Amino acid sequence: MPDVQALETSVLNAIAGASDEAALEAVRVSALGKKGAISELLKSLGGMSPEERKANGPLFNGLRDRVAAALAARKTALGEEALNARLAFEKIDVTLPARPEATGSIHPVSQVLDEVIAIFADLGFAVAEGPDVEFDDYNFTKLNIPPDHPARQMHDTFYLKEQADGSRHVLRTHTSPVQVRTMLKQKPPIRIIAPGRTYRVDSDATHSPMFHQFEGLVIDEVTNLGHLKWTMEEFCKAFFEVDEVELRARPSFFPFTEPSVEWDMRCDRSGGQIRFGTGNDWLELAGSGMVHPRVLEMCGIDPSRYQGYAFGAGIDRLAMLKYGAPDLRPFFESDLKWLRHFGFTALDLPTLAGGLSR
Amino acid sequence: MKFTLSWLKDHLDTEADAATIADKLTAIGLEVESVEDVGARIADFTVAHVVSAEKHPNADKLKLCMVDTGADIVQVICGAPNARTGIKVVFAKPGVTIPASGDVLKVGAIRGIESRGMMCSERELLLSDEHDGIIELPADAEVGTPAATALGLDDPVIDIALTPNRGDCASVHGIARDLAAAGLGRLKSGAVHKVPGKFKSPIAVTLQFAPDTKAACPLFVGRYIRGVKNGPSPKWLQDRLRAVGLRPISALVDVTNLLSLDRGRPLHVFDADKLVGNVHARLAEDGEELLALDGKTYALDSAMCVIADSNTARGIAGVMGGEETGCTETTVNVFVESAFFDPVSVAATGRKLGILSDARYRFERGVDPEFVIPGMELATRLILEFCGGEPSEIVVAGSVPQWQREIAFRPDAVKRLAGLDLPLQEITRILTNLGFTVEPGTPLKVMPPSWRSDIDGAADLVEEVVRIHGLEHVPSVPMARPHAIARPVLTAAQKRLRSVRRLLASRGFNECVSYSFIPRVHAALFGGGDEARQLENPIAADLDAMRPSVLPSLLAAAARNQARGISDLVLFEIGAAFDSGLPGEQKTVAAGIRIGAGARDWSKSVHPADAFDAKADLLSAIESAMGSAMTAPVRAGAAQWYHPGRAGTLALGPKVIGQFGELHPRVIAAFDLKGPVAGFEIFLDAIPEPKAKSKARALFAPSAFQPVERDFAFVVDARISAEDVLKPARMVDRALIESVAVFDVYEGKGVPEGKKSLAITVRLQPKDKTLTDAEIEAVAQKIVTAVTKATGGTLRT
Repeated sequence: MPDVQALETSVLNAIAGASDEAALEAVRVSALGKKGAISELLKSLGGMSPEERKANGPLFNGLRDRVAAALAARKTALGEEALNARLAFEKIDVTLPARPEATGSIHPVSQVLDEVIAIFADLGFAVAEGPDVEFDDYNFTKLNIPPDHPARQMHDTFYLKEQADGSRHVLRTHTSPVQVRTMLKQKPPIRIIAPGRTYRVDSDATHSPMFHQFEGLVIDEVTNLGHLKWTMEEFCKAFFEVDEVELRARPSFFPFTEPSVEWDMRCDRSGGQIRFGTGNDWLELAGSGMVHPRVLEMCGIDPSRYQGYAFGAGIDRLAMLKYGAPDLRPFFESDLKWLRHFGFTALDLPTLAGGLSR
Repeated sequence: MKFTLSWLKDHLDTEADAATIADKLTAIGLEVESVEDVGARIADFTVAHVVSAEKHPNADKLKLCMVDTGADIVQVICGAPNARTGIKVVFAKPGVTIPASGDVLKVGAIRGIESRGMMCSERELLLSDEHDGIIELPADAEVGTPAATALGLDDPVIDIALTPNRGDCASVHGIARDLAAAGLGRLKSGAVHKVPGKFKSPIAVTLQFAPDTKAACPLFVGRYIRGVKNGPSPKWLQDRLRAVGLRPISALVDVTNLLSLDRGRPLHVFDADKLVGNVHARLAEDGEELLALDGKTYALDSAMCVIADSNTARGIAGVMGGEETGCTETTVNVFVESAFFDPVSVAATGRKLGILSDARYRFERGVDPEFVIPGMELATRLILEFCGGEPSEIVVAGSVPQWQREIAFRPDAVKRLAGLDLPLQEITRILTNLGFTVEPGTPLKVMPPSWRSDIDGAADLVEEVVRIHGLEHVPSVPMARPHAIARPVLTAAQKRLRSVRRLLASRGFNECVSYSFIPRVHAALFGGGDEARQLENPIAADLDAMRPSVLPSLLAAAARNQARGISDLVLFEIGAAFDSGLPGEQKTVAAGIRIGAGARDWSKSVHPADAFDAKADLLSAIESAMGSAMTAPVRAGAAQWYHPGRAGTLALGPKVIGQFGELHPRVIAAFDLKGPVAGFEIFLDAIPEPKAKSKARALFAPSAFQPVERDFAFVVDARISAEDVLKPARMVDRALIESVAVFDVYEGKGVPEGKKSLAITVRLQPKDKTLTDAEIEAVAQKIVTAVTKATGGTLRT
């Protein structure tokens, strides 16, 4: 009759001493395997008398259960230890930088154009486009600027080389030819904005030989200067994202509008920044007026029945003002640092619901 | 157009100050550029008298002065070398802000002695850079009065920017008329009295034009004045001219400048003794030359109008007089010219010759045709007053050009165009005050005055009424909303462009906006640079060619950034590329480049930009534009600016919608760029419009049966393309085969020379039942057969 107590002690010691899963398995085989010591004990029950079996059965079975439990516990512990060791081994330096990804940006001109479109789309203005190279007729003559008119000199026009037929095409000096093209093909009512690249032979901190304009055109039977005023006020509030603006209307002169009005906005330039709606400075915002009856006539619209307003403002200029870029030239120099500094993220799509800017 | 407040008040009876006048000018369309009011700036400075000046006991270069300020006598320490007993000075008492420094003057002690004020230099008052000594005022300056008055600087100078239509306001009298109409005072009479001639002019005037060119000068008036004595003009006139930035020259010349500014009437005074024979206006002869008053010789042509004597041209009509017949101090007999020249002709001549003169400024805006003769009378009167002499009778050639016209005006146009409800008498009052004649009736008959050649229709009259009544009174009226909730307005093309822009930015591209004109050498590399796309007058010699592609703009931008030390760039631009120099022959292109060997990265996850990066950019941009997957195959090869072996083109039928690849090494070298460049161009106009379809998606019906994937590796000739392998595999059973993809390409050990192994994976997706092994095997066999047949390759085993 083996010493059950000693066996138990010996096996439990072996379990506790097993340093890895292989050693633990060896202990299991030696104790609970087919020929294992405890298995042998259990087998020996078969040859015992009922009285002996009754006495030893619970003893042996108890031994087997405790050893099995100890094995399981040790196995869990060893697994835990192994995982901890692996985790310790797998430690990385999380202060290393993330894998590089290029960060893109949207140019402020595009962003501001999207802002402008969001505002005017709400009032039902479609977006009209036209070519950069234009007919002299569309850029000037149909806008009531005949060939010898002094106002042509105000435009500092770029010309392309003379064509075989003697005509000279121009780089449009404003997006007004888009208004002409629209009026020639569409009957009133008309509500459009015409954004795009424009060109003038001019270059300094606030002038670039290429810049961007958006013009608005409304033609119907009722629209008058009062509607123009309201449009300017509402646009400014929406665009500059302020509750109140104070606009100043100044009579002016453009060959294609009569009466002609320029709009200035009250601002405060003190402290090297521009704030709107306060201060004692005025900032030129847009040129505008009631479309000249002769322009309507030349574009095939009856001026005795239809009338409306037109206005034009600089997209780059609005971007400079709203986002504080003091110099126009870098807009077109593609300096990466500038693009990142003044750029917007792809997901910053301006909406009236979410606000035009963050 | 500059003038002073006191000058204005010669024509306008008003109590208004400079600021009020300036605001009103801007409000009625005469935009004030600046008001230079030195008097207001130095209002705190007064005239003082230096009673005594002695050496400072503790300093050699300082003086201890006792100064009479009019209120009291104070002690002042002064370092100016000219500080001495008896002079009159400009004095600042403690508390006054010194303009130059912005500091408030305090009672101080200098070298132990108290100083209670300061005597100022011109620089300290920002009058000039003069700082060698303090200002010495005239001895008769009254102590205690404003220094500005003693300095003759108490007259504010107002500068307005005149729009090209307002020739009538190129004169102080015209400005006064507008202000009076706007309620800021009463216009003083500008009536001119005749000066009777004492003898018959020895010089006759004629107009010598062909019938079709006579509009250049319809009226020419002359007068001979003998026995004048030229010299300096009176001080008041000199002061006035100086105040507006003109240099007084001599009485005769100053009179012409005065008339030009005061009445908008340019004149010319010839030294009559230098003229030969009679005077006439005519067109210049081609090749004729004239030495003008600015000392330059101008080559004239037959489109220009000149004033000539029997010998030669003596003046460029309406632009500038000739030097040789100009007046000098020794001039005794003069011939005064007053004429009406055609605005368009003067503008064209001035522009061609590059002359900006006060005469041109007025003639090209249109002068008052009725003031040609009164202008002569006024000039005569002033010349006689300043220089003496005896006037001849006036000689006249031609006549006042027709200017009278009548505009039928319905006063409700003011309401209709301007939204302003004004009573008829207010409309009539404004127009009448501006010099218009208004005859009652329906419609009204309105006659513009002779000086308003810019007015020709009802809309112009509305503008006059509105600007004088005040634009600020125009009520703000909300525009009607076409729909209660705004409808979308963007076209498919506009949405496409927008989507591509944001997609590219989300892929790491920085958006650029570049000039549409580029250097011709760059244009030539991209199929442009031809004469038709050249600018006639580029802003700079190297910005002369309309760009044939957007890529050269981006490459130049990359080169500029590399020069600043940024080597890796991911840039894009959406803009026009020009196919010719004709309107409409341009396309909208989205182009992008990736450049650089990849940032130095510890994780080694970045690779040098290559054609497959560009392909991914191109495809994802196109797919975002189309809103659906791009299934058309790419074909090898692209335009000449791409690497011939590393570029591809994507076309839908005959329409090329994009190309991509590594750029040609020659192009990269031409831009002086470091590193390979991968680029793409998407021709947005060529992308097909999406078909109008229902907003609802197609029925979602995923197959309930297990998909099966099978891999195949083929050994094919190295020249066989992936698409050559994929296409036949795909075509085996288009219903069953869901996708075919390359997962490995291998050349080298184990594969014969000149061959490559191309491994593909085919995914089968049964729709109605699970596939049996036999069915899978049958499809696999068909794929092997199709691919080997199409490519001449073998299945790799």
